[in-house]
Amino acid sequence: MALLEVKDLKVYFPIRTGLFNKHTGDVKAVDNVNLSIEQGMTYGLVGESGSGKTTTGRAIIGLNQITSGNVMFNGIDLAKGGRRSHLNVRRDIQMIFQDPYSSLNPKKRVWDIIAEPLRNFEKLSPQEEKKRVLELLEKVNLSPESIFKYPHEFSGGQRQRIGIARAIALKPKLIIADEPVSALDVSVQAQVLNFMREIQKELNLTYLFISHDLGIIKHMCDRIGIMYKGRYVEEGTTQDIFNDPQHIYTKRLIAAIPDIDPTRREERLKFRDSVKTEYEQAYRDYFDEEGLAYPLKSVSATHSVALPGRG
Amino acid sequence: MSEELLKIENLTTSFRIVDDYYAAVDNVSLTVKKNEILAIVGESGSGKSALAFSVMGLHTRAKMEGHIYYKGQDIVNLPPSKLNKLRGKEMGMIFQDPLSALNPLMIIGDQIEEILILHNSKLSPKERKTKAIDLLQKVGIPRPEHTYTQYPHQLSGGMRQRVIIAIAIANEPSLLIADEPTTALDVTIQLQILDLLRKLKNDINAGIVLITHDLGVVAEMADRVAVMYAGQIVEIADIYSLISNAQHPYTRSLLNSIPAGNEKQDKLHVIQGIVPSLKNLPRKGCRFKARIPWIDESAHEENPQMHEVAPGHFVRCTCYKGFHFPDHN
Repeated sequence: MALLEVKDLKVYFPIRTGLFNKHTGDVKAVDNVNLSIEQGMTYGLVGESGSGKTTTGRAIIGLNQITSGNVMFNGIDLAKGGRRSHLNVRRDIQMIFQDPYSSLNPKKRVWDIIAEPLRNFEKLSPQEEKKRVLELLEKVNLSPESIFKYPHEFSGGQRQRIGIARAIALKPKLIIADEPVSALDVSVQAQVLNFMREIQKELNLTYLFISHDLGIIKHMCDRIGIMYKGRYVEEGTTQDIFNDPQHIYTKRLIAAIPDIDPTRREERLKFRDSVKTEYEQAYRDYFDEEGLAYPLKSVSATHSVALPGRG
Repeated sequence: MSEELLKIENLTTSFRIVDDYYAAVDNVSLTVKKNEILAIVGESGSGKSALAFSVMGLHTRAKMEGHIYYKGQDIVNLPPSKLNKLRGKEMGMIFQDPLSALNPLMIIGDQIEEILILHNSKLSPKERKTKAIDLLQKVGIPRPEHTYTQYPHQLSGGMRQRVIIAIAIANEPSLLIADEPTTALDVTIQLQILDLLRKLKNDINAGIVLITHDLGVVAEMADRVAVMYAGQIVEIADIYSLISNAQHPYTRSLLNSIPAGNEKQDKLHVIQGIVPSLKNLPRKGCRFKARIPWIDESAHEENPQMHEVAPGHFVRCTCYKGFHFPDHN
């Protein structure tokens, strides 16, 4: 059984207008998203800004209210019940945030930052707590003296590792990483990505990895879902998506990845032009009147694409 | 064709911290020709933006030494009144963050016209408006008349970046400085902006200085590349040599740390340590030494110089010879 199974997830934000704040419509941030992640796997959620990938992640962890649908985690439906229900389950899901400069409280010492989840869920004596924090710091390769320091004393990569230490403090099963490296330099990015892989093996973690950078997604993920305007346009294994993209939107995204080989420049330009022409010509076939994607249809055992209702 | 547009000679830009001056740009020399894209690459803190700001004369309190020749005229320490005749007219700058570079209280049209008024006062209000709308069209904004009357907050990130570009090219500058023009954008938008820059280069024959930390963007765009580390240029070469035959340990480390995606690498290369802060920069010896500790001390030069390894391909310090990555890191 999958560790996380999201069924028909919808997150709508109401639009209210007029004198009486009448509910006149909805912004469909997430519209019928289905995904399932097996234990120990990394699932990549890709899309441009505004595609609803972050909202999906936040809805799973409970930071956005779910309009309808199910979020089955280990067989328990997290979408049912209020904000404070399933607290003992929620400790198994943690989040790594995008910006390591704003996701750590500048007034708190590293000790307090990392110990916060422990204080919420476990009653530990100060000695035990300190021991646990030191263990976590060792795991993320930070020196023991760091516990008395404040976030501003660290570099971006180190801060992101403090964020990771906080996320793994309760030994979670699932980590939602929302653009964990996009605020970092390439060299630091490599460090954080390597490190995320190491602790994944060590703690048998499952990742939901949200990013707009397809290079990183390809490097990190086993399965990938591509979102556009709140809906899925394509879903499959990393090989399916990169070697055999079916939807024109996916093709266009993949064609837009910068290529490190300058000798292939001309070739790439021509290829992109042809993809662009195809995109413009086939746009009406792949999207409905509102410019939204059709429901997913499976094209192979692992691969499904949002194709129009023909055939 | 190969006319020198910008020539920087031994430029040092220092900032004052407490009582001392520290060089953020240290003895940098480079040239940009017409119709050429020169990319400047490096991690944050390597001095690439400080260099760009120096060229535009945007540092108000920095000490600048050396020469920056723009079309033969030395513009270092030129008074603002004279610089203003060049900035926005001869030299345009595209800033990194389009939201903070635009005035939130002015409509887009007025912000474009502002620069036309400053440098092209002969235009009548009507002509200015036509020109502003033309510019918006040129940078690929779908409904220019509508956008003309909008405020920055009503536009998406990609659209705002286009407005910034429209302002930068309003007076058809010969030199464009683009400081991380696509960092805040999605890949598909990034592609459109890069296409636009490439087109501009061909249309107005401009020289472009492209500052970025994204080596993918560099490989797509640049004719030549300068790699900066800790305020110095450590390697400079044409794009083909730089990607296929990188010499300096820093360049090679950077290239190795990106997930290329061609083959499944299990581990990405990590550059040890961090870019030293301005105050802690080693002023003697190879500045990259601390980050490649497994390389023998004797490999470094005492006073690192640029060495020409191939025509037009320069590398700083001798540590590139026989450089190797550690077996496992």
